[in-house]
Amino acid sequence: MEAVHTHADHGHHDHGHDDHDHKPTGLKRWLMSTNHKDIGTMYLWFSFCMFIVGGIMALVIRSELFQPGLQIVKPEFFNSMTTYHGLIMVFGAIMPAFVGFANWLIPMQIGAADMAFPRMNNLSFWLLPPAAFLLIGAQFAPGGGAGVGWTLYAPLSTQAGPAMDLTIFAIHILGMSSIMGSINIITTLLNMRAPGMTLMKMPMFCWTWLITAYLLVAVMPVLAGAVTMTLTDRHFGTHFFNAAGGGDPVLYQHIFWFFGHPEVYIIAIPAFGVVSQVIPAFSRKPLFGYASMVYATASIAILSFMVWAHHMYTAGMPVQAQLYFMYATVLIAVPTGVKVFNWVATMWRGSLTFETPMLFALGFLFLFTLGGFTGLVLSITPVDVQLHDTYYVVAHFHYVMVAGALFSAFAGIYFWLPKWTGRMYDEKLGRIHFWLSLVFFNLTFFVQHFLGLAGMPRRIPDYALQFAEFNAISSVGAFGFGFSQLLFLYIVIKTITSGEKAPDRPWEGADSLEWTHLPSPAPFHSFVEPPVIK
Amino acid sequence: MVGGECVFLWSHAEVLLVGAMINKRANNRMMTRLSIFAAGMFGFGFLLVPFYEKICEVTGVNNLIKPAVAVVNTQVDVSRWVSMEFDANAHGLNWEFKPVQRTMKVHPGEMVQVEYDVTNKGDRATVGQAIPSYGPNHAGPFVRKLECFCFKQQLLQAGETKRMPVQFVLDGGLPADLNTITLSYTFFEVQGASLKPTKADGVNS
Repeated sequence: MEAVHTHADHGHHDHGHDDHDHKPTGLKRWLMSTNHKDIGTMYLWFSFCMFIVGGIMALVIRSELFQPGLQIVKPEFFNSMTTYHGLIMVFGAIMPAFVGFANWLIPMQIGAADMAFPRMNNLSFWLLPPAAFLLIGAQFAPGGGAGVGWTLYAPLSTQAGPAMDLTIFAIHILGMSSIMGSINIITTLLNMRAPGMTLMKMPMFCWTWLITAYLLVAVMPVLAGAVTMTLTDRHFGTHFFNAAGGGDPVLYQHIFWFFGHPEVYIIAIPAFGVVSQVIPAFSRKPLFGYASMVYATASIAILSFMVWAHHMYTAGMPVQAQLYFMYATVLIAVPTGVKVFNWVATMWRGSLTFETPMLFALGFLFLFTLGGFTGLVLSITPVDVQLHDTYYVVAHFHYVMVAGALFSAFAGIYFWLPKWTGRMYDEKLGRIHFWLSLVFFNLTFFVQHFLGLAGMPRRIPDYALQFAEFNAISSVGAFGFGFSQLLFLYIVIKTITSGEKAPDRPWEGADSLEWTHLPSPAPFHSFVEPPVIK
Repeated sequence: MVGGECVFLWSHAEVLLVGAMINKRANNRMMTRLSIFAAGMFGFGFLLVPFYEKICEVTGVNNLIKPAVAVVNTQVDVSRWVSMEFDANAHGLNWEFKPVQRTMKVHPGEMVQVEYDVTNKGDRATVGQAIPSYGPNHAGPFVRKLECFCFKQQLLQAGETKRMPVQFVLDGGLPADLNTITLSYTFFEVQGASLKPTKADGVNS
């Protein structure tokens, strides 16, 4: 039920007049798009491609680790795979995926016609393929990809080969894309809500993106600073991180993690937002404690600035500082726990059905919480002294980022595919994708907790014999998980090409504006005139 | 009003602007402020360099460039002196055995080295073993020997002289009423020991 623009003269088809079913075609439509739906679609497809690239790198890692000994790749290449798997998954897959959600959903959910800055939106997206090109191309630089870890610590990064410079430029570009995208999102959410939609009536997904966008604008520039300092140390005679010149490598760690810790919440908070839409829809009950969810998310964001050195407990910090960071980190678990309880309370006495989006949302609920618990374990300094740089850490962050953020993204895609494409996905295949992903994910990463507790370090291409069995299990799980995602690709393509036609509102419990006011698929231009919210 | 009454001459963007009541000025103001904020955070990253320098200076953390205080050994109890007396005997051995210094004043916790001279006055090589004893007897546990010729058998050729060290620390728990300690060694002959000099016979091994 789109509000038709009353002055539109449909007889005139010069390019300036795009009606709800008259859109540009071909290269112009995509290369020069200023449409939030098309840009959102491009972000999502881009992120899926990066997910496959990063996934292949992970499978290279797990192939080498399948058995003890060095059989498949050279250690330098292994280190490069570890590094770029991290960079590509974080900056190329998971972050753009949620920006894709933001682009598609924010205007529709607040009753706006498009984002505040449609042309800057285009630039934000099209900066990504060149950045990806740099990251992938870095593998082919002389000396191979930089095997420095995604955290790019000095002094290894200041001494690495030319691939490091390509990587730094890629990060500059990715940072600019994120910052511009975030400025767009904040301006849209603060200035362009439909009349009657106060901030506290906004869907939770929009709140989480408002908060995330502020985090991004605050910390992405700090990362840019850190890698710029690395670049100048490498080529322009500075010595920020070089003790011989009066600098300190630990300074890099502080600057990086000042960005790095809010970054993990930048990844997690939009995932929370998606889950806050999906769970109420399939419980046929409003989100429990909306206001406390908003305050909890804001608290998490603010606290995230104050805990960065829990990544640095073993860097030589005095014990008083370790204690402060330990207490602050434990504190963050409180608002996070509030959110988990509120999701559960939303389901309590709801009328539950378990379609694929809900399955992924429940998988998120349980497994993200597990990942949060292992994070709590790691936050305790004396424990972390044992577990730092072991596979326990690897297990922890894969639980929160894969079983957390990625599962939430899957939930969101299954949930909103009908609105985006006008077609329903195959429910049976969707469930198979869920169960395969769940089983193989846990096979891959649960055993890594034990590897870490037993002392297996991370970022090593070969390991002591006692770690062999669990590494073999983990590698089998990884291949299973990877191939299960091909099923997901098939499901999406099948939906787009031949899915059953979707009703305007396939989920009776979903009540945000895109479900109540727009047809499926949503028209190219929606809410050209804003709806009035009571 | 944009383009007058003829709406079909308006650009797509202008149509959206008017119909959707988009306040471009408010949006641009927001963008300017956020861009300044982002630029500020970029500068903040660089500002962290002098910030950390200052913080580490003020708190004294990890100051590798200029140590603020001279290194002081805090385990030495400079508030009390203990008088050490050194004694040497040979029993059943034709060896001359005496300390280089008969007496010395030390602080508890302070590492001290003293030396003993021993000469084989006989006409054949002999192996001896020094056995320590302490006066008063209960002072023994507080004399912690780090290095001593008494740890090993000593082989002396006929007429050979050796100067041998003892390194010790008086334990800080030394009772307050114990202010004079005598360290006494007695050399005994080791019957049937190998008379071949080996590397292990060195006093410092």
